Amino acid sequence: MKTNIILSGVGGQGILTIAAVLDTAALSENLFIKQSEVHGMSQRGGAVQSHVRISDKEIFSDLIPEGKADLILSVEPMELLRYLPFLKEDGWLVTDSEPFVNTNNYPDKNDLFDQIKKHPNNIIINATEIAKSIGNSKAANMVLLGAASATLPLSEESLLAAITELFQHKSERITNLNREAFFEGKKVAEDFTNLATKK
Amino acid sequence: MKSLLLGNEALAQGSIDAGLSGVYAYPGTPSTEITEYIQKSKLAKELKIHTTWSVNEKTAMEAALGMSYVGKRSMVVMKHVGLNVASDVFMNMAVSGINGGLVVVVADDPSMHSSQNEQDSRFYGKFAMIPTLEPSNQQEAYDLMLYAFDLSEELKLPVLLRMVTRLSHSRAGINVKERHHQNEINLPLDTSRFALLPMNARRQFDLLVNKQGTLIELSEKSEFNKLKLGDQNGIGIIACGIAYNYVMENIGEDESSYSILKVSQYPLPREKVMALYQHCDKILVIEEGYPVVEELLHNYFDENDKIKGKLSGDLPRTGELNPTIVGKILGLKEESVKPIPSVVTPRPPQLCEGCGHTDLFNTINEVVADLENKSVFGDIGCYALGALPPLNTINALIDMGASITMAKGAADAGLENAIAVIGDSTFTHSGMTGLLDAVYENSPITVIISDNSAIAMTGAQESTAVGRLHKICLGIGVQPEHLKTMVPLKKNHGQNVEVLQNELKYKGVSVIISERPCVRLSREQKKEIKAKIESLN
Repeated sequence: MKTNIILSGVGGQGILTIAAVLDTAALSENLFIKQSEVHGMSQRGGAVQSHVRISDKEIFSDLIPEGKADLILSVEPMELLRYLPFLKEDGWLVTDSEPFVNTNNYPDKNDLFDQIKKHPNNIIINATEIAKSIGNSKAANMVLLGAASATLPLSEESLLAAITELFQHKSERITNLNREAFFEGKKVAEDFTNLATKK
Repeated sequence: MKSLLLGNEALAQGSIDAGLSGVYAYPGTPSTEITEYIQKSKLAKELKIHTTWSVNEKTAMEAALGMSYVGKRSMVVMKHVGLNVASDVFMNMAVSGINGGLVVVVADDPSMHSSQNEQDSRFYGKFAMIPTLEPSNQQEAYDLMLYAFDLSEELKLPVLLRMVTRLSHSRAGINVKERHHQNEINLPLDTSRFALLPMNARRQFDLLVNKQGTLIELSEKSEFNKLKLGDQNGIGIIACGIAYNYVMENIGEDESSYSILKVSQYPLPREKVMALYQHCDKILVIEEGYPVVEELLHNYFDENDKIKGKLSGDLPRTGELNPTIVGKILGLKEESVKPIPSVVTPRPPQLCEGCGHTDLFNTINEVVADLENKSVFGDIGCYALGALPPLNTINALIDMGASITMAKGAADAGLENAIAVIGDSTFTHSGMTGLLDAVYENSPITVIISDNSAIAMTGAQESTAVGRLHKICLGIGVQPEHLKTMVPLKKNHGQNVEVLQNELKYKGVSVIISERPCVRLSREQKKEIKAKIESLN
């Protein structure tokens, strides 16, 4: 078993928190993990990505080869498409529909959605809105993790335990909000995929 | 359970477990997390390991050498271009040798994710004639640290450990080992080797040259250099450092059939290279950075067309390696790859919302718009982004401190409006000496120190300039009436424009300190900085 995940977004959007949950959950299941991240100049409002590799055998490369990602999980729709060359033929695309516009030539978001929908396995949800509705706009990343959870090689218990472990030093309220965000994301993704199959 | 650590953190933990007494460093991507990890380590605190940031890489390396001189184990950490700054002491301490183990950690940045060049520090290792280590993964980064300190003390030489961005900034599970005790103070028996007068230096340099055979022997038997001759004798692979992972990723289960020399310790193990060369028809050199090993092989052998790599054009000469590129050169099956849709536009980094640098650049832009015969010389830091649209303020950007000295040279040549923009920490790192050059000749330049009270680009580390800039400038000899202060806020725009206009009219050295804390600083950090400024003034 080897699962390759690319997390993408804009510097400061919280993809490293998603990575930390995946890492913690994978370690608790005694799996091998490699996770690369971006530090430095690009973190200042630029495009950032993290390669997360989870396996039951030793992992060599820190980077995922092109065409080998099982999942691209993005907190921003244009940033999802930037890493398309990494996607496996039957890989999953999961993204927040909410654009992060900090350039003056940002494309029309519907053009982005059209491109994403060209791939059969896609989940586009408004994670930012969902996070706001449960009272923590910062938890959009956990909404997305919940939405992608069915595609991950990790159990729901270990993912939730990891969320608790990572947030508990903040407060019980924040921990619970992030767990709730995870469940909301999962539920919305289930609705989304059911809808997609019916169509 | 294993600890999940960045390559940088694994290395840092390795240094603590090797009995480190002090780390000296100046922040620089991708090396910063090494020192930060030790600064945050409870164990390091208990062990009283020195961790405070240095003013620059040269002062850091000299302090590390001082700690080694008295017999303790020390480490100095920097990014690749930092080694240029420290190269004076680097080259000379190879001649003097060290006392307590001394490891120089340098993180290279192939692909220039956060840098101005792709220089390969292995060249420096060869230049100084000292052992150079290059981990292939996070566990090896940890293990090599323990080995490096022992090797350094055994040879009485500094050891260079080269990291690259991908390994520095990627996490994996690490197994730690038993901790080595810290050394006691133990002064060198013969101090003359540290007094590099010509007669001593000649003797020491002979010793260094004579040690080279030993260095090669150690590389030959090093457990970190592994030669495996497989059934396949077509292609022989030399895989250096992290490149080994990209090779293994691709050949995976077919490993036994391949002939591979993994290299993590230099000088190159010559006999192992010979054995691989004789076993195979073709040698493929896969290395991150410059074609250092490939070039050496061309010196070893006459049949140059047998050696493939970056010089032969089989691998890209620039940019970092990745498993896809390495898969291609190994001739393995390529995945069908979807292109990036054309609708996707670039998203370059930019200054944070509410950043004081932006207001400063708006002021400069307004002033220089009406001027002829002008240039803005920038420097290294977040404000380097002022060279990009939409600001387009900065014209030149070369190295730490070059803003002031380039402006001076341009003014010497007759440029009427020479403006230097430099950050507070870059100023103390390498700007002060250049300012003295300008003051000495009263060169007509206007220096703007954009003081955000932090080393912001690398994560808002403490700046040695905090609370000291005015006194430093006056001490260097800037005229008090031409040492100005401004606060870069929209509401001050008009008066800031006036200050800059007036100083540009003055045909001598002016310094304008533009003061506003980095927006990334936490409330606590801002409070600490304020208290520090008050205590110093």
